[in-house]
Amino acid sequence: MPAAEANGRNSVTWWLRRRGLALCLLSLAGLFCLGPVLWQAVTSIKPDQDLVRLPPIIPERITASHYERVVSRSSLVQSLANSAVVAASATALAVVVGGLCAFALARLPIAGKPVLLGLVLSTSMFPPIAVISPLYLVMRGLGLRDTLIGVGLTHAVYALPLAIWILTSFFRQLPVELYYAARVDGCTPLRAMVSVLLPLARPGLAVSALLVFIFSWNEFMFALTLTASDATRTAPVAVAMFPGLYEIPWGDIAAASLLVTLPVAGLAALFQRHIVAGLTAGSVKG
Amino acid sequence: MTGESTTGTMRSKARVRLSERTWGYLLASPAFLLVGLVAVAPIAAALWLSLHRRLPVFGVDEFVGGWNYLQLWSDDRFWTACRTTLYFTALSVAAELLLGFALAILLDYLTNEMAGSSRWAQVMIVVPWAIPTVVSAQIWAWLYQPDYGLLNHLLHRAGLITRAIDWLADPDWAIHAAIVMDVWKTAPFAALLLLAGLKAVPRDLYAAARVDGAGTWQQFRHITLPLLMPVVVIVLIFRTMDAVRVFDAVYVLTGGGPGNSTETLSIYAYKTLFQTLQFGYGSTLATAMFLIVGALSCLYLLLLRRHLQEAA
Repeated sequence: MPAAEANGRNSVTWWLRRRGLALCLLSLAGLFCLGPVLWQAVTSIKPDQDLVRLPPIIPERITASHYERVVSRSSLVQSLANSAVVAASATALAVVVGGLCAFALARLPIAGKPVLLGLVLSTSMFPPIAVISPLYLVMRGLGLRDTLIGVGLTHAVYALPLAIWILTSFFRQLPVELYYAARVDGCTPLRAMVSVLLPLARPGLAVSALLVFIFSWNEFMFALTLTASDATRTAPVAVAMFPGLYEIPWGDIAAASLLVTLPVAGLAALFQRHIVAGLTAGSVKG
Repeated sequence: MTGESTTGTMRSKARVRLSERTWGYLLASPAFLLVGLVAVAPIAAALWLSLHRRLPVFGVDEFVGGWNYLQLWSDDRFWTACRTTLYFTALSVAAELLLGFALAILLDYLTNEMAGSSRWAQVMIVVPWAIPTVVSAQIWAWLYQPDYGLLNHLLHRAGLITRAIDWLADPDWAIHAAIVMDVWKTAPFAALLLLAGLKAVPRDLYAAARVDGAGTWQQFRHITLPLLMPVVVIVLIFRTMDAVRVFDAVYVLTGGGPGNSTETLSIYAYKTLFQTLQFGYGSTLATAMFLIVGALSCLYLLLLRRHLQEAA
């Protein structure tokens, strides 16, 4: 009996220890993931003179001056608006065009589907640098250089493989019978897709839209190359080229960084489960 | 009655199939048209440009054939950029995979034992992934700041360093500083994919192994690892492709400097194209990179096929 009791107590301590260790590791992981972002948040509310001394790590005085300066005296607001327009139109284009293509790949009898899907996927592996010079020349030729249309179009095309990939797997999950039933009822394939399959594939549409939006919002190289003025610069480009005359305005950069991050980090945190589902679509079973 | 309806369906099916194919091409064509115009055609155009000497500033545009590729072969800066890119890729992908694995196992454990905390843990882990790369570069540039950056302060306080290290100005440190930043940004992505893989492993297998007397390590080695192999390979592919192409992270953090110590292939090609405006030679660099990435993806696809066959 005493042996069993000791054993029981041991297993309780063992369980507690295991749980404590897990929580410890979890907080370490949390510090690793969020620490740098939190420090940027702290930096953004520290007065300038406090930025150049450490300690204290926890700020003694806080100020909104960096945010005020960034909002009123830089082109960041314009850049955020540009990013919103670019990302929204890229998302709309990629989801519509990608959705049609995904439906065709999933349900219609096209020849060479694996080849086509492979082709689509391989474009997502292109290094952007390999296309940037001709793309720049073409956009300049078309008069689309330094326009939001040029950037949005480029983003949409480079996000297309992702949208097609996710949506194809979502369309394939829907029962074939639904589609045939709609066809027998006299719908054209397009009509069957729009009024029968699309409502059911809504989670897939939402996921791909979310991922395309985040991709476009964060994209840097195309946006840097294809824009040349405050009127078209997207938010990441603005953050990268943050103006500093003599010294780097760390506080302003921190404030701008947070403003640019907030929309996408918020979306990602809100829809985290869907994002994971989308990223793993087709790559992991279950 | 029955016979009539069967022929009716058959006839309509035959008509449907005929038009379905056309519909298929019709619906798929906008996507392929766009991808062809904005992604595939530029690759061909880059190849064509790479055979030229083109300096718009001086109005030079002449066909030089393979001359640029000969120049590439003897270009030390190109080979240095190759080495830097490979070093960056190997170290960051390895670290991301290991750290991602550790995070995934921790999260998997939390999902099983403490469901409440795991949701928050996943939200927290998705944040670095969602942050714009440019922003993460700025965040880390500030952490690395030599005089009042947090990193030096903490290391100093812990007694690990006696004087401030200028992380981004020291050629030996700068590349590693970039790698740490990249690992921070992308290990969560690896963790999320691996976590999904871990969750797909049937629990019965572990129970059966425990009955047979297998320890934690043996369960990991003989159940988790083999079943997770396809996901590991996919993470490897995704991350390697991204790391080889790395541009914005390093470009914003160090600009390729100090010297050329952090200049990756993308950065070298970009600078050649848009800072020195050598469109011909820059396209040669870009094309070379395309070939390297292409070769790597072929290699990986072969690997993947073997692993997937093994898993199946």
